[in-house]
Amino acid sequence: MISPELFQQLIFYVFATFTVGSAMAVVTVKNTIYSALFLVLCFFNTAVLWMLIEAEFLAITLVLVYVGAVMVLFLFVVMMLDVKQAKASQLKQSYTKAALLIAAAMLVELMMLFAYKLSGQIPTDELIRQEAGYSNVAEVGMELFTHYVYPFEIAAVILLVAIVAAIMLTMRKREGNKQLDAAKQININPAERIRVVTMKAEKGQGQGEES
Amino acid sequence: MIWDQIWMVVWTLIKILAIIVPLILCVAYATYFERKVIAFMHVRMGPNRVGPWGLLQPFADVLKLLTKEIIFPKNANKFLFLIAPIITLATAFAAWAVVPFEDGLVLADINAGLVYVLAMTSLGVYGVIIAGWASNSKYALLGALRSAAQIVSYEIAMGFALVGVLVASGSLNLSDIVRAQEGGIVHWYLWPLFPLFIIYYISGVAETNRAPFDVAEGESEIVAGFHVEYSGAAFAIFFLAEYANMIIISALTAIMFLGGWYSPFSGDSWIAQPSIVWFLGKTCIFMYAYFWFRASLPRYRYDQIMRLGWKVFIPITIVWIMVVAVWKVYNVGPWWN
Repeated sequence: MISPELFQQLIFYVFATFTVGSAMAVVTVKNTIYSALFLVLCFFNTAVLWMLIEAEFLAITLVLVYVGAVMVLFLFVVMMLDVKQAKASQLKQSYTKAALLIAAAMLVELMMLFAYKLSGQIPTDELIRQEAGYSNVAEVGMELFTHYVYPFEIAAVILLVAIVAAIMLTMRKREGNKQLDAAKQININPAERIRVVTMKAEKGQGQGEES
Repeated sequence: MIWDQIWMVVWTLIKILAIIVPLILCVAYATYFERKVIAFMHVRMGPNRVGPWGLLQPFADVLKLLTKEIIFPKNANKFLFLIAPIITLATAFAAWAVVPFEDGLVLADINAGLVYVLAMTSLGVYGVIIAGWASNSKYALLGALRSAAQIVSYEIAMGFALVGVLVASGSLNLSDIVRAQEGGIVHWYLWPLFPLFIIYYISGVAETNRAPFDVAEGESEIVAGFHVEYSGAAFAIFFLAEYANMIIISALTAIMFLGGWYSPFSGDSWIAQPSIVWFLGKTCIFMYAYFWFRASLPRYRYDQIMRLGWKVFIPITIVWIMVVAVWKVYNVGPWWN
């Protein structure tokens, strides 16, 4: 007999294992395509974990934005680049040092979080369960547009600026660009382009004609 | 207690089957219907040999495909090659979980239904990309890249069109969106959201890689695009997923802009009663439009597709969302309650 709580914990551990495993695989596999696909799997399992804490809107948005759009573009680029499988000797030492620094920082953060949890500064009691019919979506919307309206809007503007900047930085006019202007094509005047010639029908006397 | 849990699982499985089995039959007859419609538009007869009026043709085709051999291309990645059609089919079926067929007749009545559908339809592109890459073929890779670019571009226009619906109805729940359109044809979102309706449907056609946006499998350019190396049952699964996606785009258009299960008439007569028949009828209109497009429109060029998506659809949707928001705030027209 499995109680719902135990069942939920079982599901959590299964998907948590998959999340950690696929995250490890992202950095250990040699093939970049596999790496990107494992990242997709990692996002997907994270979404399931969020679903378990009843953050359904965030979970679906994670799938929609990261899996449905961002990772598609990642894969797109990775396929276009045709990266050769990297060898261990090709890895730069400076990257390793930076990576170790970041890993150490994250480890310290995690340990601080655990310490807080052990000392009871973070509420250790169970997740607050809402009754059926509670709209997670409406709640997120209300919070974003009332309590967090300035951070939200400022982040949005920064992202917009980043998009415009990225496009401006990568756009360059090449010599011999044959891009078409649709408006020009539609508004063309036939009289400027072709000349209709009226002439009498001629009998074939040209070259290549026999007899 | 434990039997209750088991029964719940079994009952959910039965409900899933009750959606999937008719869906597969619909797909089978959609292929027959498509061939007939296009044939009549070309002044031909269409399939008419297997069974009366060719009605058993879909089953003959399915049997033929299932008994054929699945060939793996040389140096293809077998695991990814096999999983690609499965991903495509799974996402195409998963989106049906939140579609309300009638008031209360829905598998999962979740609050974020609209976002869920958008997420599932956008996941379908993985099947295409993985198939294209795992096939180890130039044509398949080209098809996959085209498809990825196209789906990502049209997803944005599609998302903005859905934001319009969201503003109008004030809910992400598909059942609530339909309920907000109660009361005859004038209350449907077709009228206040007309540009978004057109853009949503066209983006849907582009998202399912159908003519005139079928550059991903353009037969005359890259043979069959991403599924050029697939044969037998694996190809059949791609085919099934494509048609299931077409039906879901049609169903969603009916739900969000044509009032789902509600009758176009208002009043108390029998014809004004809400029914699943209205929903299916509205869905069929859009399915027919798919076939109509295919028979009458030439394929768009790749740069034309990109221009239409980014420079035409996205600006129109952004402007129209603002218009709808103003209408809604000042309560202009009969649509906002």
